Amino acid sequence: MALLDVQDLSVTFSRRGQRTVHAVDGVSFTVDAGEVVGLVGESGCGKSVTSLALMGLLPRQRGVHVGGSASFDGTDLLKLDPRSMRDVRGRDVAMIFQDPLSSLNPVVPIGIQVTEVLVRHRDMSRDAARKEAAELLDRVGIPDPRRRLKEYPHQLSGGMRQRALIAMAVACRPRLLIADEPTTALDVTIQAQILELLKELVRDSGTALIMITHDLGVVAGMCDTINVLYAGRVVETARRKELFAGRRHPYTVGLLRSIPRLDAGRGEKLTPIRGSVRDVLPWTEGCAFAPRCDRRVDACVGEPPAMTPTHTGHEFRCVNPFPLVQPEEARA
Amino acid sequence: MTLAPGKKKEKLDRLAELSAVHDDERGVSLWREAMRRLRRNPAAIVGAVILAAFVLVAVIGPFLVPYEPTDTIGVREKVVSSGHGIIPGPSADHWLGYDHQGRDEFSRMVVGARQTLIVGIVSTLIGLTIGVLIGGVAGAAAGLGGRWGRLVDNVLMRIVDMMLSLPSLLLAVSVAALLGPSLVTVMIAVGMVSVPVFARLLRGAMIAQANRDYVLAASSLGVRKSKIAISHIVPNSLAPVIVQATLTLATAIIEVAALSFLGLGNPDSAVPEWGLMLADAQKYLDVRPGLAIYPAVGIIITALGFTLLGEAMREALDPKLRR
Repeated sequence: MALLDVQDLSVTFSRRGQRTVHAVDGVSFTVDAGEVVGLVGESGCGKSVTSLALMGLLPRQRGVHVGGSASFDGTDLLKLDPRSMRDVRGRDVAMIFQDPLSSLNPVVPIGIQVTEVLVRHRDMSRDAARKEAAELLDRVGIPDPRRRLKEYPHQLSGGMRQRALIAMAVACRPRLLIADEPTTALDVTIQAQILELLKELVRDSGTALIMITHDLGVVAGMCDTINVLYAGRVVETARRKELFAGRRHPYTVGLLRSIPRLDAGRGEKLTPIRGSVRDVLPWTEGCAFAPRCDRRVDACVGEPPAMTPTHTGHEFRCVNPFPLVQPEEARA
Repeated sequence: MTLAPGKKKEKLDRLAELSAVHDDERGVSLWREAMRRLRRNPAAIVGAVILAAFVLVAVIGPFLVPYEPTDTIGVREKVVSSGHGIIPGPSADHWLGYDHQGRDEFSRMVVGARQTLIVGIVSTLIGLTIGVLIGGVAGAAAGLGGRWGRLVDNVLMRIVDMMLSLPSLLLAVSVAALLGPSLVTVMIAVGMVSVPVFARLLRGAMIAQANRDYVLAASSLGVRKSKIAISHIVPNSLAPVIVQATLTLATAIIEVAALSFLGLGNPDSAVPEWGLMLADAQKYLDVRPGLAIYPAVGIIITALGFTLLGEAMREALDPKLRR
């Protein structure tokens, strides 16, 4: 049984006098214990809102509606009351955020921020927590951890800050970690280090990881399973190898084509996807990607395309997918 | 190319020096950083020097003054006769001359500094405490939401709005008149004036902080809302409040003087206080204008000191101006 089973998750934001926004519109995916699952898509496709919904961190107020289910080890995270959800957060499910500087409290030393979660969930004494915190910082590769505990966030480098945030997230050995674009705010060499660290932590502790990113390079390097999101729905899901070798959905193909390549000739233009995320068709009226799609056919509009399953577990939501290509061709 | 032995040693020393500097910087908090930048600001230095002098005079001055400030020495020695407009000016024995009751003006100025400082600080502390309590509760309630949160926030803020809608001196006068004249009354009255300012300031800062990423990050770790409010949001919201407290000290001193001037100050008129001295001096403005000028200059310089330091602190703590 899967560790996390998200079924038909939807999040809508409505405001009087304005059109209701379907930020997440029926996302389904599963995460097995110890698995690394990627959620990929461009800005505004609902990646971050999905993660916030799973963590129960969306503001609880009128106009924000969360539907569907997210069964974590048998309990539905979306149905938990705030108090029990607070106990789950940090202990069983933890999150790593995009911007390490703004995610750390600028006026509180790192040490206090790391020990906070230990005191909260593991009932440690202050002293024991401080010792554990130093070990945690050491484990995430921060040199001289005892000294660093006394320092403030602005004294740490970007990579170091992200390491500290990761230390906080893994402090209670959660079974599921959600990383929301953990490397976007970092430069490329640091990115690689942080991804390496995450991989290592996942391998050593058996923690499952949901990797949210717009960077297919990140996904290619570490995810077991990849879900491509578009306009709040999963449009293609596959094991990593299958996705890169035999992508079927035009959106996935477009994403891969728009990556700049080092071996491309000078002055050669990139191949972007036409239009912008704003040009969407509501899913109820057909395929949301249809307005931007090069392979659009009449059947795209009218009713929403269903997920087409294949015998390998590779699924895609398209009525006119790219034909399955041989691995040789795909590489060309 | 190799370095000469002496050169090399020099270089090593320089390296050691640099690394020592780095060690010093361990645990540099925002506050220490702000202090460092304060020291570089000439306005802050001037303000701090004025205040240091003022505090020094207020604390140890009264032990050193040549005469008792309540001793009507001039009348006893028959050199002062205020009814006939005879009030001698400065002399070697009495540096600022006598006041209208024959008391040594210099001693009264020095002792009055202490009174002014105490009343200013205590009334600011009263305003700060009540204001921070109201603002903190309202800010936490508003930032953390919920129907009750909004209700609490609304009730508190409407009360604050009512206080804010009264002219500050009128509010102080009403409170002082309501509680009857006494020193404590003056402090409460002046303190009440600054309550709405502190409350609004802290609440606004807290609401702004509540939407920051680190608050989301802390709640993603399951930290309780109350803990987030106290140990994450409040420390980040205090900077503008502390700046305001310094500036409020300046206005508090002026307001205390104003209340004394209006006769709502300390009823024991023998205790020197700059505002009271100013009020007493106005009858003798044509005979001895100095009696009005000394306390006025004292008030102006002290208020200036607090304002300079406060403004410099505002700059030092403003993250937008941080390098």
